Amino acid sequence: MRYVAIRLGLSVLLMFGVTVVTFILTNLVPADPVQAALGEQAAADPSIVAKFRADNGLDQPLVAQYFTYLNNVLHGNFGVSTQTRMPVADELASAVPATIELALAAIVFSTLIGIGLGLWAALKQRTIIDQVIRVVSLIGLSWPTFWLALVVYYVFFFVLGVFPGSGRLDPVSIAPPQVTGLYTVDSLIAGQWGTFWDAVYHLVLPASVLALYTIGLLTRFARSAVLEVLDLDYVKAATAKGLPRRTVVFGYVLRGALVPIITVLGLAFGALLSGTVLVEKVYSWHGLGEYSFAAATKLDLPAIMGVGLIVGFVYIGLNFLVDVLYGVIDPRVRVA
Amino acid sequence: MSADILTQRAKRRRWLKIAPAFRTPLAITGITIAALWVLIAIFAPILAPFDPLAQDFDRLMPPGGEHLFGTDAVGRDVLSRVISGARISMPLALALVVASMVVGGTLGAIAGYFGRAVDEIIMRIADLVFAFPTIILAMVITAALGPSLTNAVIAMLIVSWPAYARVTRSLVISARRQEYVVAGRLLGNSPFTTLRRDILPNVLSPVFVLAMLDVGTAILLLAGLSFLGLGATPPLPDWGAMVSDGVQQFSAWWIAAFPGLAIFTVVMAFNFIGDSLRDSLDPRAQDAVQGRAM
Repeated sequence: MRYVAIRLGLSVLLMFGVTVVTFILTNLVPADPVQAALGEQAAADPSIVAKFRADNGLDQPLVAQYFTYLNNVLHGNFGVSTQTRMPVADELASAVPATIELALAAIVFSTLIGIGLGLWAALKQRTIIDQVIRVVSLIGLSWPTFWLALVVYYVFFFVLGVFPGSGRLDPVSIAPPQVTGLYTVDSLIAGQWGTFWDAVYHLVLPASVLALYTIGLLTRFARSAVLEVLDLDYVKAATAKGLPRRTVVFGYVLRGALVPIITVLGLAFGALLSGTVLVEKVYSWHGLGEYSFAAATKLDLPAIMGVGLIVGFVYIGLNFLVDVLYGVIDPRVRVA
Repeated sequence: MSADILTQRAKRRRWLKIAPAFRTPLAITGITIAALWVLIAIFAPILAPFDPLAQDFDRLMPPGGEHLFGTDAVGRDVLSRVISGARISMPLALALVVASMVVGGTLGAIAGYFGRAVDEIIMRIADLVFAFPTIILAMVITAALGPSLTNAVIAMLIVSWPAYARVTRSLVISARRQEYVVAGRLLGNSPFTTLRRDILPNVLSPVFVLAMLDVGTAILLLAGLSFLGLGATPPLPDWGAMVSDGVQQFSAWWIAAFPGLAIFTVVMAFNFIGDSLRDSLDPRAQDAVQGRAM
């Protein structure tokens, strides 16, 4: 319990750090947000600029601005987008589940395949199978995500037409009643099987493209983690006392290798979030990636800060989860 | 005099340890492809059949005939642009990796050697950078500085130094406890001398491997930023930007296909080299190096 409490405290501290960073970052930038929001003509008029600055609290001292900002964030108020004039919190609320759905689908897919391949390569160390898996996983790490997204889109949608190419649902389908915001889960809750399959269909292409990079990553890590455990005495002892190979591999080796693998899962999720920016753009997936790109290119400060905060929080939350999972899997961590 | 011979021998031994890693088929493939691309980059003006920026009336010509890779929407030769693109991605990615190695390595060494408050400050800043997925932070910084290749590289430097700082710090911390390092300090060596003469040789090869693994990632990230319109600005023949040109032209697949293949082969080559190099290190160092290869 004490271990969890310390981790939690550190995570909360780091989250405050993230609010400081997003705040400073958006204030340090040389580009002028006033001009970006108003356009050049309006920005030439000093009275309009002054009013805009006052309306947005830009005339206050920086520290005061930060505390207003922090207070707002803690109350779930992320400000109003300077581009769409909509509350950033509302826009994020619709964008985040879309990305989570995509990233979850990709991570489940890549965890199963990645750990499987890594384990297989390690068990067949220095054989041709190990070599092939190594080359394949390195190749998986070498594709430019956005390009692969295009190629897959071109082949499976444009040429073959087997999978839908854009959006989360068919234009004729209606989104299921919102519970979690994940269309697959929501449609199941509502019992709408047609919508469920439609959502799954739309997930296949973008999720596979996203998964490829993490499959490469997880395979590499799983392999070296398993190799390290294979060499340990307790595994040799388990084999020596005549336990079936399956029990040794899944009960002893895999369990011992899980701790390093889980660390990478946290990192892999971060890579996925990065990947979504590029993949969502190609597949018109209205998620966090597309939203953050629009916000960044238009210098929409409240939106950028909102994205930074959400992503930072999700990331820190995940790493906290990973730390707690360590304790569950490896009792030694709890003592240390 | 005798010290010179000793260090020379140590140096030779270090290279002997790395050399076998380059004799595997994987490493040879990687080095060959990378060398080819370096040659292409050097001799680009001679190799390119057309001016990469020259527009022609032959728009959207499919591959074959005069234009081996076809032409794009304004009639520029795709092959010439792919060849010239090698002069943008690779030098910038290499420069970025060297810069983050120097910045991150120096900060990490300072943090690890001096410890206490300096360590805390540097490493907490590193933690904060790690709290954001790389491309999102890089995207925000580039957008804020204004889209250009230089700004994209600056943004990437900001997001990539912490990985080097972490690895260097942990290596320095374990090295500074070694008896010979302590002995050097007792003899009156300054911190700078200790770091350079006693600690640096321990740190160099793992950090170098991390850097080799990072070249591919750097090329991918830079291409990604250009693809989003935040890196290279038109009409520069940057590979990422070229793929982005092809997004609107699905019937003309060659516009995006060839620059994409170029990125893929270069990144793959560097990944092969980096991965082979990593094998030459002991498994413990592998973990430190693998810290953040994305």
